[in-house]
Amino acid sequence: METVFIIDPARCIGCQACVQACAECGTHRGTSMIHLEYIDRAHTVQTTPQVCMHCIDPTCAQVCPADAIKQTPDGVVQTSLKPRCIGCQNCVLACPFGVPKYVNEFDQMMKCDMCYDRTSVGKRPMCATVCPSEALYYGPKEEWQARRRGNLVNQWQFGKQTVETKVYMVMPEPTPRIDIRLTDIVTLRRKEETDERAAPVA
Amino acid sequence: MSEQPRWRKDFPITWGADNYTTRREFTKFLIMISGATFVGNGYFVLQKFQQRNETFTAQEVAALDEIPVGGVKLFRYPTENDPALLIRLKEDEFVAYKQRCTHLSCPVHFAAARGRLECPCHNGAFDAATGAVLEGPPPRPLPKITLRIADGKIYAEGVQGS
Repeated sequence: METVFIIDPARCIGCQACVQACAECGTHRGTSMIHLEYIDRAHTVQTTPQVCMHCIDPTCAQVCPADAIKQTPDGVVQTSLKPRCIGCQNCVLACPFGVPKYVNEFDQMMKCDMCYDRTSVGKRPMCATVCPSEALYYGPKEEWQARRRGNLVNQWQFGKQTVETKVYMVMPEPTPRIDIRLTDIVTLRRKEETDERAAPVA
Repeated sequence: MSEQPRWRKDFPITWGADNYTTRREFTKFLIMISGATFVGNGYFVLQKFQQRNETFTAQEVAALDEIPVGGVKLFRYPTENDPALLIRLKEDEFVAYKQRCTHLSCPVHFAAARGRLECPCHNGAFDAATGAVLEGPPPRPLPKITLRIADGKIYAEGVQGS
């Protein structure tokens, strides 16, 4: 039975429980590694949790000049090694999901490592244990499929970069790959801004 | 994982590859360590052969009639931090040894009935006449203190085999 991590953004209620639970972890107490993002705060209260997606070919590790980010045999991308990390923030800029955090206090990049101290011994990650709406799920894939609806996707397209991740995202429709057209997003934003400026003030 | 450049071999991303040790590296490590051990041992060998030019000053320990036959007097020689004991084995036979057991430095005691110096810590025993190890864990004989008898007094003059 395959144990998987699944994010379902639609079920996130923005309760911040995962953020607090993450900071409880003994390996990085007080510093939360999870990102709880507001999708579009002006128009909706919808939030989404962002944990590390644990890419099969991790971009953060590929760009690290200090050889500080390592991937375990089970595909978990670890946080930077303290003796090696030089705090250059290359990974912060390179990660397509915006996961790595540069923590100024420690002069080190820190990121979600799927609670490796827990998951490597068969426990669930802190965030998944506390999420009240199962927006963050960690467990057997079959169990999820038996009681939940939606389609699991772990293929991504960012511009010209194809990314495959260990963590799954739930999509309402069957999708082979989530295509994120970054240029379209930027163009759309620009257009919205121009429209807002052009619109007469009520 | 995608096509990797050649330099990536030296800086791998996966744990397994990062912790992988080649046979050549292991052999190199082995030779370096054994070489260092060899050189380190040489230091101790040299120290062993080095001439010891310790000088001892004579020190009065006791008067001849101060201790009975089979009696012991404790004193300190050659410095204040070196406990030693003087034993009168027979009417005219005196011996003195450092009191520290050569095993783990516990103080040894004279067992007159058995004619031995015994260490209570690990049951080590030394011959009272020569200082040689009779039983137990001590690796070396007790360092013997050379004595000189003059004018009815006993003087400590030096230490043998310290």
